[in-house]
Amino acid sequence: MTSMNMIQALNSAMDCLLDRDPNVVIMGEDVGYFGGVFRATAGLQQKYGRQRVFDTPIAEGGIVATAIGMGVNGLRPIAEIQFSDYIYPAIDQIVSEAARLRYRSGGEYYAPITIRSPCGGGIFGGQTHSQSPEGIFTHVSGLTTVMPSNPYDAKGLLIAAVESNDPVLFFEPKRIYNGPFDGDPNKPAEDWSRHEGGDVPEEYYSLPLRQAAIVREGADLTVITYGTMVHVSRAAVERSGFDAEIIDLRTLVPLDIETITKSVHKTGRCVVVHEATRTGGFGAEILSQIQEDCFWDLEAPIERVTGWDTPYPHAFEWEYFPGQERVLTAIEKVMGA
Amino acid sequence: MPRRNAPELFIPEPRLRPGDKPDFSNLDIPPVGVLDKPDEMVDFTEIPEHARSMIRVLDDDHKAKGAWDPHLDPETLRGGLRNMLKTRVYDERMHKMQRQGKMSFYMKCTGEEAVAVAQATALRPSDMLFATYRQQGLLITRGHSMLDMMCHCLSNSRDYCKGRQMPIFYTWREGNYFSISGSVGTQFSQAVGWAMAAAYKGQDDIACTWVGDGTTAEADFHYALTFAAVYRAPVILNVVNNQWAISSFQGIAGGISATFANRGRGYGLPGLRVDGNDFLAVYAATQWAADRARRGGGATLIEHYTYRADAHSTSDDPSKYRPRKEWEAWPLGDPIERLKNHLIVLGEWSEEQHEQLRKELEEEVAALFREAESYGTLHTGPRPDINLMFEDVYEEMPLNLRRQRQQVGV
Ligand SMILES: Cc1ncc(C[n+]2csc(CCOP(=O)(O)OP(=O)(O)O)c2C)c(N)n1
Ligand SMILES: [Mg+2]
Repeated sequence: MTSMNMIQALNSAMDCLLDRDPNVVIMGEDVGYFGGVFRATAGLQQKYGRQRVFDTPIAEGGIVATAIGMGVNGLRPIAEIQFSDYIYPAIDQIVSEAARLRYRSGGEYYAPITIRSPCGGGIFGGQTHSQSPEGIFTHVSGLTTVMPSNPYDAKGLLIAAVESNDPVLFFEPKRIYNGPFDGDPNKPAEDWSRHEGGDVPEEYYSLPLRQAAIVREGADLTVITYGTMVHVSRAAVERSGFDAEIIDLRTLVPLDIETITKSVHKTGRCVVVHEATRTGGFGAEILSQIQEDCFWDLEAPIERVTGWDTPYPHAFEWEYFPGQERVLTAIEKVMGA
Repeated sequence: MPRRNAPELFIPEPRLRPGDKPDFSNLDIPPVGVLDKPDEMVDFTEIPEHARSMIRVLDDDHKAKGAWDPHLDPETLRGGLRNMLKTRVYDERMHKMQRQGKMSFYMKCTGEEAVAVAQATALRPSDMLFATYRQQGLLITRGHSMLDMMCHCLSNSRDYCKGRQMPIFYTWREGNYFSISGSVGTQFSQAVGWAMAAAYKGQDDIACTWVGDGTTAEADFHYALTFAAVYRAPVILNVVNNQWAISSFQGIAGGISATFANRGRGYGLPGLRVDGNDFLAVYAATQWAADRARRGGGATLIEHYTYRADAHSTSDDPSKYRPRKEWEAWPLGDPIERLKNHLIVLGEWSEEQHEQLRKELEEEVAALFREAESYGTLHTGPRPDINLMFEDVYEEMPLNLRRQRQQVGV
């Protein structure tokens, strides 16, 4: 075990993949010689050569389209979209093409591609470097949508994503690249070395997709979340004094509904937390599935904590970001406290 | 199984990397004055050389030469020099203040000042500008309040973007300057739509828009050329080829096999390739394209050949991917120095006046910055009203946002 931050863990995952499978290639804006604007591919071109880790033109639609074509011809491309805010030019290739290729060709063709993309706010990136667009993709069947919350998961899940024969959207919460973040911007930054999720084996391993993780067991209520908000929720739970079970979804779609329903069945109370905007967000889907499967278990209405329904505002970063206070209020509300 | 003699996947790579000695001896820079200046209404097929060679006016002896010399009066030249210098001084101050934590981000246009300043000088104030983040010289030349620009970058209580945008994403409707987007390239085809509407309305104002070399890869670039050609839209389409797109050299955008200006021809548009560090050449090419557009000749694609002298942004470190001090070896020099030397040769300017001007501008900009700071910085002092977070999502605020605003307690 080594201590790694999330960037190092992702880099290590790609290193293992490039090493094991000559069909794996990495492509994206600035990912080659430079190693990516967040340094996730640093050193990989130097190690594996230009043909395996290369810069692309600034054309997200082109990146995904060519990745699909490469995938059809036997490669296993990992495409980086520099910020998830810049994924929209690729929407048609993702939604109409990658997601449906297997279905429309009667199973003949498929797109074994992984799209990595940093997402989320908390870095004063304004509306084009802060978005959480996962809900746009969770609405599309055929896509697998993943968001890790720590370096260990990031490495294992990325390896599984690349080895999957389905297209995977792999969103990386950039605020926690260097360390966990509990939502308090005034606290000194923490790094991953003192967090169990920062212990990452150097060698190859994979973690199953479609499987949520229970990051804290508890009996009073269930907090369902993913990404950066796992850490914010944990801090809010500690402050609340309630014995909450915290579920980190890790894979959003296909959803591990069984882990959720088992927990809600036990606790009867539930808070759903995500950074993305509220209306039509993935939280709404979780709520309705719980309502369908656990209605008679519920002892209180389910609460949702989300970003506001506005673009991500630069100067109001911390009024927008759903921090500990808002999670805490929701916990107290479902507990009737 | 790879077959022998099969083609190999080609990955373009710049000639030089960190540690190498800057060297541009491979560049084919045509001499000044080789290109003729055709009538603006010329058929695009008749001027292929203008898209491959380079329109240049200012020679090494600092004199203006050739058919493209716009013969500007000294007053206009000094105005251009002043606006370029002001742009640079503004950039230097803002960069420094970003480093002191007063704002979250900044982007300079060092070395590329001639593009925006000469173009804004050549256009009419009523022409509509759809710029990128690297044409702050347009705002400065059109006389936008620098205090407003600073207050926006500081996201303070006087920020006209109401705290919603990162620094440098200016907007200025009164100055016919379109709101800058963070998604590169989107404005390029929007400008064509604006120009189509101008033609529809029978206006003779034109649109002018810019993208970087890297951004020519985006679909919006190709939409723009197609629509502009189909509808003969009165628009000037500019590619600022500053050789780099963050860490990717222009070969990654396809600049190795053909010039960017030449791309216009495939769509049926004239392409002009211009020395982007030559104020006079940029002015003349812009004027030509503007006249063509106003006379109903449609769009022109102009490539400005220049060099990004500094980092991509305050988040970037170019020493990681290109030789240090490469700009000093750039064969087309510094646009400010070149225009300054031209004015000196004309007997219309002196080193002393130049130094004096620089000092004046530095003082003016520093004083304005102090005033801007009194309205707050990103992390200290007065802030934009928090209510503004929920406004302007729609013209009329819907119920969900009113409820969310209440939750914030305002
Ligand atoms: C759609 C989109 N993709 C990616 C980015 C990230 N990005 C910002 S600037 C930039 C490079 C642009 O280079 P170029 O077009 O050459 O302009 P320059 O910065 O050199 O002026 C990139 C990749 C973005 N802002 N928008
Ligand atoms: Mg560029």
